[in-house]
Amino acid sequence: MAERDGRPSPEALLAAAKQEGRGKLKIFLGAAPGVGKTYEMLLAAQAKRRDGADVVVGVVETHGRRETEALLEGLEVIPRREVDYKGHLLAEMDLDAILKRHPELVLVDELAHTNAPGSRHPKRYVDVEELIAAGIDVFTTLNIQHVESLNDVVARITRIRVRETVPDSILDQADDIEVVDLSPEDLIKRLREGKVYVPQQAERAVRHYFSQGNLTALRELALRRTAQRVDEQLLSHMRAHAISGPWPAGERVLVCVSEAPSTGGLIRYARRVADHLRAPWTAVYVETTRTHRLSVAERDRIADFLRLAERLGASTITIPGRNIADEVAAYAAANNITQIVIGKSSRSRWFEMVHGSVVHELVRKTGSISVHVISADDSDAVPPKSIQTRPDFEPIRIQPYLGSAGSIAVALGVGLLLKHFIAVQSISLVFLMAVLASAIAWGLWPSLIAAIASMLAYNFFFLPPLYTFTVADPENVLALFFFLIVAVIVSNLTARTRSQVLTARSRAKTTAELYAFSRKVAGIGALDDLLWATAYQISSMLKVRAVLLMPAKDAEGLEVASGYPPEDRLDQTDMAAARWTWEHNRAAGRGADTLPGGKRLFLPLRTGSGPVGVLGIDRDTPGPLLTPDDRRLLDALCDQAAVAIERISLAKGLDEARLLAETERLRGALLTSISHDLRTPLASILGAVSSLRRFPEKYGPAEREDLLATLQDEAERLNRFVCNLLDMTRLESGAIELKLELIDVAEIVGSALQRAGNVLAGHHVEVDIAPDLPMLRLDAVLFEQVLFNLLDNAAKYSPPASRIDIRATRDGGLVEIEVADEGSGIPAADREHVFDKFYRVQAQDRRRAGTGLGLAICRGFVESLGGWIVARNRRDRSGAVLTIRMPAEPEIAGARQPALAHG
Amino acid sequence: MARPLTVLVVDDEPPIRRFLRTSLTAAGYRVSEAEDGAAATRLLPAEKPDLVILDLGLPGKSGLELISEIRANSTVPIVVLSARHDERSKVEALDLGADDYVSKPFGMDELMARLRAALRHAFQAQGELPVFVSGDLAVDLVRRHVTRSGHEVKLSPKEFDLLRHLVMHAGKVLTHRQLLREVWGPAQAEEVQYLRVFIRGLRQKLEPDPTRPVHILTELGVGYRLQLPPEQRA
Repeated sequence: MAERDGRPSPEALLAAAKQEGRGKLKIFLGAAPGVGKTYEMLLAAQAKRRDGADVVVGVVETHGRRETEALLEGLEVIPRREVDYKGHLLAEMDLDAILKRHPELVLVDELAHTNAPGSRHPKRYVDVEELIAAGIDVFTTLNIQHVESLNDVVARITRIRVRETVPDSILDQADDIEVVDLSPEDLIKRLREGKVYVPQQAERAVRHYFSQGNLTALRELALRRTAQRVDEQLLSHMRAHAISGPWPAGERVLVCVSEAPSTGGLIRYARRVADHLRAPWTAVYVETTRTHRLSVAERDRIADFLRLAERLGASTITIPGRNIADEVAAYAAANNITQIVIGKSSRSRWFEMVHGSVVHELVRKTGSISVHVISADDSDAVPPKSIQTRPDFEPIRIQPYLGSAGSIAVALGVGLLLKHFIAVQSISLVFLMAVLASAIAWGLWPSLIAAIASMLAYNFFFLPPLYTFTVADPENVLALFFFLIVAVIVSNLTARTRSQVLTARSRAKTTAELYAFSRKVAGIGALDDLLWATAYQISSMLKVRAVLLMPAKDAEGLEVASGYPPEDRLDQTDMAAARWTWEHNRAAGRGADTLPGGKRLFLPLRTGSGPVGVLGIDRDTPGPLLTPDDRRLLDALCDQAAVAIERISLAKGLDEARLLAETERLRGALLTSISHDLRTPLASILGAVSSLRRFPEKYGPAEREDLLATLQDEAERLNRFVCNLLDMTRLESGAIELKLELIDVAEIVGSALQRAGNVLAGHHVEVDIAPDLPMLRLDAVLFEQVLFNLLDNAAKYSPPASRIDIRATRDGGLVEIEVADEGSGIPAADREHVFDKFYRVQAQDRRRAGTGLGLAICRGFVESLGGWIVARNRRDRSGAVLTIRMPAEPEIAGARQPALAHG
Repeated sequence: MARPLTVLVVDDEPPIRRFLRTSLTAAGYRVSEAEDGAAATRLLPAEKPDLVILDLGLPGKSGLELISEIRANSTVPIVVLSARHDERSKVEALDLGADDYVSKPFGMDELMARLRAALRHAFQAQGELPVFVSGDLAVDLVRRHVTRSGHEVKLSPKEFDLLRHLVMHAGKVLTHRQLLREVWGPAQAEEVQYLRVFIRGLRQKLEPDPTRPVHILTELGVGYRLQLPPEQRA
């Protein structure tokens, strides 16, 4: 991640850039209640106010302490919002009022507080995030035990587990952390003096909490955490400014997630290890066949743990496999993992003997990688879900059991038939086949029932004494017993295989659908089609109603862009939730953390550069919308759709940028051109004239004539340039009014030749006009200008005394006029470019004079007259040929003398 | 001529008036200046110029208006100065009675040629019509006889009419409409392609190189001009 060559790391720069425009967060961190965090915060706020900052109080708990209350003096307090919750009146911080007031700095006490239901966010720290995002600075207070990654450490120390936690990311993002420190002795003294607020709790617990040992440990924790944070700041500063330092070696940490509740502590431990090593870390879950036999709660827990790990800064991955240890070891080897964190097995030795211990296997297989085996607290510390998920369950069906009963019946029949031909013992194999069939077709429980039923049937119908459930021969009893064992084992194994096949099939189906979607999406070029395809895919894959919102084109906010089933309007609550999701890049709405009262759940479609749209889903059935599997699938679909949307808008942006760049280029070329090519003749003119005036006696008549001739030539050249520019302007602005009339080709060629007399002076011109050319319907002046430009060009780009040919011939319904020179020709690649504005062939290093507009004007005029013009090189010698093709007037083609004339 | 001819220059641009005064004076004319139509109207009866040079792009009373005014009671030759691409104004000016035009920017050669042509016709309006000789071409309007290098050239009646008209106004531009009206009558004033065909025919018969004519010149978008013999051009 760090660049060793001394360049600032992109991540650091990106992070630094992201900080702009956001408010600054300062956390007053304390080891325990009562150290005086609120007091310190108010002191700092008063100081700021004296400096002239605009400070308001969002929420401050004084707990009746007079010194604290005194500090509130002079500070504007935003009144709290009253929320009625089950008959109680709760006063919560009024987030909207603060946003509206938009102060420079707001004081928000107790960052870990949980808001009353009905608030926009369930937790106050999410409120604070919103304030920061809006550009408002925040001072806040926090106790060390509320920090998520330290939660269980603190709980172990104090034996009080605090449930309100704040994610570590808040601390990491905070711009400043000030530890409000008080020695344990002083704190205990304050407690005794009644100056410390403690919520109503058991006396004993409180006393234990405020013991020397405890407080010291907490204090150390707070100090150490802040020191670590300072360290990180230093590092990021160093990285951002490319100060090279002793970077950590490439450590990478991996933590193995299981369904055991202790995984939570494991993850937090892994986070601390990763922090300590300043290494990236990953949480991995290996999905085996066991996964399907887990209860819904357990599977939810796994998903929650993975999300917790993500929140704490890990990347997460789920790997399917047969053997956990094998998969973890393989992944670790492939990804250069240096430390693995795994939970200590809580299983009995017997179990371990039979099933093997994952831990032992892992230790053996991972070679040089360190394995941390952690025994974490078993107590339940499940973090709150950010989106409630629906358990998926299947109703019990009767059909499989009937089926398996039927197969036993069939086996019985076959057995009875074969009774006379084969030994009784062999008939058990027939029943075994029936059990096998049941397992394959219907799964574990029906096949177990089948096993038992076949055992009974076998006993009843085949073992003497017949038609009873007793067995005479002890050998037969043993046989029966083993039959049952075999039947059960067969059921088990086959059922397992079957469920694996089913899982694999469903996963293959999902993957195939995702793949098909991604291929479809890759081929779509239009935004509307893409949005429709996405809505349809999400809707059909997840059986929900989907609606996609995009930023409105000419207004603020979002508008509905597509939906399946088609939808074009959302009610106000939904719109608010959608807008929130867009602004904060997080889920909102039904079942989420924010604005949970809406009809739909809104998820951001985001890519690396931010949100590109919002997806809203809903379903008629009440309760949470998605199972954890659904959620993962949806994430995958959303990611693909987001990337495709971004691609399309980038392509459009690219086109616009290209157009803009081209316009700029032309403008630049025009200015350069005018500047140079008009100043050059002007310079000659001014120079010659001023020289003649200044030194009249120095010039003899011949020299004077020479200078004056130059003057006239340059002035005429200037005239031609100006004419070209004017023509180009007329073409561009569409101001050309064509005066079409029938003209004679020979005539107009003659006229052009006459006008170009001077220009063609040094060349030999050959004219070859076919005798019976039809007349052309043209604007004479325009067309003559075209011919003039072609002649001018030919003269310019060919050596003096060389030949210039003009030919006009007929070609079916067209008249073709060619101007050929004996110059150096046009480079093959530039054949089309010669008609571009401001294009000039670079002839070695001499740039020919001319604004480069001549041919562009030719093309413009010719095309507006309905013809076309092309350039190519001569085949017989070096030189260029410019060819104009114009459609001829059919009626006049034959008639040379109009009917009315007589002569 | 005994007394110098007077030229009235009507142009709102001082630099143009200045160089015209200098050049015309050097060529032997007497110059009088007006900077707009109103001034011109005042000066006309007083100066009684032999020729008027008029800039079409005058502010206030437009050049065309002035032409109409002048033509109302005078046949004084008028040469207009026009903008380059403005064929329509040129044609209109000529149709209203101007004798010839010069496109800005112009060289003195061109202007002098036009002035000479315009003045020549003013003085030759009455009097007999001589034979027009230019290069190897000779046209006798009275005997209706055209020769090239001494050999007779056969022209159809219409062709001759056309040529005659050109000769009568040799050196001056004639608009399509004027030619058509003269040769074919007012009803055919718009049928320019007839004219072209005939001009083409004339050129085939009279020009040494029909594709690069030296006698009958095309004035693009305006009309045609029969070039004066070199010795009679300025």
